[in-house]
Amino acid sequence: MKNSIQIPDFSRSPKVDQVGIIERASRFQTRSIKNESKIQALEMVLNMIDLTTLEGKDTIEKVNQMCYKAQHLHDDYPGLPTVAAVCVYPAMVATAKAAVKGSGVKVASVSTAFPSGQSPFSTKADDTKFALDQGADEIDMVISRGKYHQGEYNFVFDEIAKIKELCGNQARLKVILETGEIGTLDDVRRASDIAIYAGADFIKTSTGKIGSAASIPVTLTMLYAIKDYYLKTGTMIGMKPAGGISTSKLAIHYLVMVKEILGNAWLSNKWFRFGASSLANDVLLQLEKQRTGVYQSKDYISID
Amino acid sequence: MSKNKIETEKMNWEYAAAPESASHIQLKEKYDHFINGKFEKPSSGKYFDSINPATAKKIAAVAEGNSKDVDKAVKAARKAYDNVWSAMPASERAKYLFRIARLIQEKAREFAVIESLDGGKPIRESRDIDIPLAAAHFFYYAGWADKLDYAFPNRKPKSIGVAGQIIPWNFPLLMAAWKIAPALACGNTVVLKPAETTSLTAMKLAELIQESGLPDGVVNIVTGDGKVGAEIVSHDGIDKIAFTGSTDVGKLIQKTIAKTDKKVTLELGGKAANIVFEDAPLDQAVEGIVNGIYFNQGHVCCAGSRLFVQESIKDIFIKKLQDRIETLIVGDPMDKNTDVGAINSKSQWETIQGYIELGKKEGLEIFQSSCKMPKDGYFIKPTLFTKVAQSSRLAKEEIFGPVLAVQTFRTVDEVIEKANNTPYGLSAGVWTDKGSKIFNLTSRLRAGIVWANTYNQFDPTSPFGGYKESGFGREGGLHGLSAYLKFD
Repeated sequence: MKNSIQIPDFSRSPKVDQVGIIERASRFQTRSIKNESKIQALEMVLNMIDLTTLEGKDTIEKVNQMCYKAQHLHDDYPGLPTVAAVCVYPAMVATAKAAVKGSGVKVASVSTAFPSGQSPFSTKADDTKFALDQGADEIDMVISRGKYHQGEYNFVFDEIAKIKELCGNQARLKVILETGEIGTLDDVRRASDIAIYAGADFIKTSTGKIGSAASIPVTLTMLYAIKDYYLKTGTMIGMKPAGGISTSKLAIHYLVMVKEILGNAWLSNKWFRFGASSLANDVLLQLEKQRTGVYQSKDYISID
Repeated sequence: MSKNKIETEKMNWEYAAAPESASHIQLKEKYDHFINGKFEKPSSGKYFDSINPATAKKIAAVAEGNSKDVDKAVKAARKAYDNVWSAMPASERAKYLFRIARLIQEKAREFAVIESLDGGKPIRESRDIDIPLAAAHFFYYAGWADKLDYAFPNRKPKSIGVAGQIIPWNFPLLMAAWKIAPALACGNTVVLKPAETTSLTAMKLAELIQESGLPDGVVNIVTGDGKVGAEIVSHDGIDKIAFTGSTDVGKLIQKTIAKTDKKVTLELGGKAANIVFEDAPLDQAVEGIVNGIYFNQGHVCCAGSRLFVQESIKDIFIKKLQDRIETLIVGDPMDKNTDVGAINSKSQWETIQGYIELGKKEGLEIFQSSCKMPKDGYFIKPTLFTKVAQSSRLAKEEIFGPVLAVQTFRTVDEVIEKANNTPYGLSAGVWTDKGSKIFNLTSRLRAGIVWANTYNQFDPTSPFGGYKESGFGREGGLHGLSAYLKFD
């Protein structure tokens, strides 16, 4: 918890006008990103991806393959960056950690009874401690949406604060709001404020496990919460939209939004991430298109 | 070979130029008047230049009209009215309007490019707002043409005759559509004069009208400066004047037509108050304020040029506003990423600069974007003045440029009093999360249009017009029809 900062009354979080948010969101999508700014953007996107596999059927082999891909996105294209991190279940952290050793790629682990969060706090704490013991660099926790809807904002706050304490200096904490279950944009804003003031290093939209995932209006609402916190305290908070971002064009519109709301300072994977599994390959296709002038068959790009 | 940039490099990411191509447009070197379905040389034999304000270079020459040209146009309009248009079944009139609307859509890209070249407005605005809205107006009024009896039940609406229409330079094609569409739908014929700095899309519209097969003389367009406008206003053959422009000229028109039975609608200047309460959704309010004053470089009669912000949120709101202004891209109107384009003309540029100098001299606090500015052409940075007094000329006079005057307030009554304390009354904006506050303000603000939690929204179905010195009569919607009809 950030001790010197006064905790606001979350029942009075700033209001959000949905019509206005959608109007603003549509403006980012009319920005035309061409030539060298497009190539720069595509490379940035790759470098901001948390390459993710969160399946019951995940195996050590699968995780190893993904970790290799994280470091070798497309060796035919020289000079490409690595992705930012790989994101796995706690049971796969040790495997992933070994597989990305020395590459600079971080290992993020979901925890706190991901994706529903419907477990006692002791279980969530154990889940987190295990992931940390296995060497996780980042923890992606879920908030208790049920408690949020009951108006138990302090409960939600305390859970986040305690997990943050467990993370200590070892891991950066991403707090997943699961905005598809949270409800209106007013709620997204309030949940963002709770997460930020409770100690989140990143706020993240979704688990990717329900139908409704990241969208530009939802992300915009969360970026405004980050901006307000920065204006008040001077502390930067990161943002991670996750789920549903599978095309380069859409990803670039997210970058446009981050640039125009928060500024260039947020345009690195320290402060912005994409939670995505299929985005990387579309970006690779687009980069090859920029380089060669023609679209390649998807068969030239590996599918891990 | 992977390189790892994690947590190291800060990106300096800028947008590369993304210019809209102008290679597909067809512009003539010289444009004549459009009279009786044909392009006619001006009787003066003279032409004047139409300038691209973003480069200060000539794009085309336009005919300089005089009283003879106006007389010819009015006579053609009268003949078309008597012989063809007023006698035509309304459902047939509608077909022509639908056809014009569809043709505008088909040629939307060319119209958008010419509008931006000639007027300086960003291509994003002409492409997404001006041209689609112009088509929408024709579609909307086409639908009414054969339903006038239902629009005004038991009142027997009849057409008026020949309408003289004078339009401004801020939305050239859109204003032409606002004027022509309802006039024709109601069975009138028109003589239109575009503003002298922005005649080109009107002349392209004339070509399109010719192509649509509209009977000769139903729409006539005479180009030129204010003298041509004066000729139209004072011509005996005109039955109705529709004018959009400055309040000074509006007053002159009223003087001229006094003692005649000419009908008139005037849509004049404004100095709109945009009022932000502490409970408003602030980030969206910032967007609305920016859109309210920097849309079309502030060349908007309903621009929200006075910002009233509640004292308790003043600091944070101004900070957010300044941050947002910093992200506006000022420059080449033809670039798809440009937010604020060129000032329409040199003389308007000088007027706006004069007000900025005045503000500095008055000791007001000025904030201007630190954006890069183009070297040529007429551009002005988005500008914000704080600590403005109600009695300052910056808060009283219409600047018609990207200059916002900020004042603070404490109570609802105070802000209503201040907002209404202006000779104008065209539009206003209210920003609050509380419904009851919205209703209280919308009923007490003396302005023709009051937007709540949004700004600068236009739609053909919605009437538009002012109180007091912002004019009278309404354009758009049913109200816009009644301005072109007489009733028994």
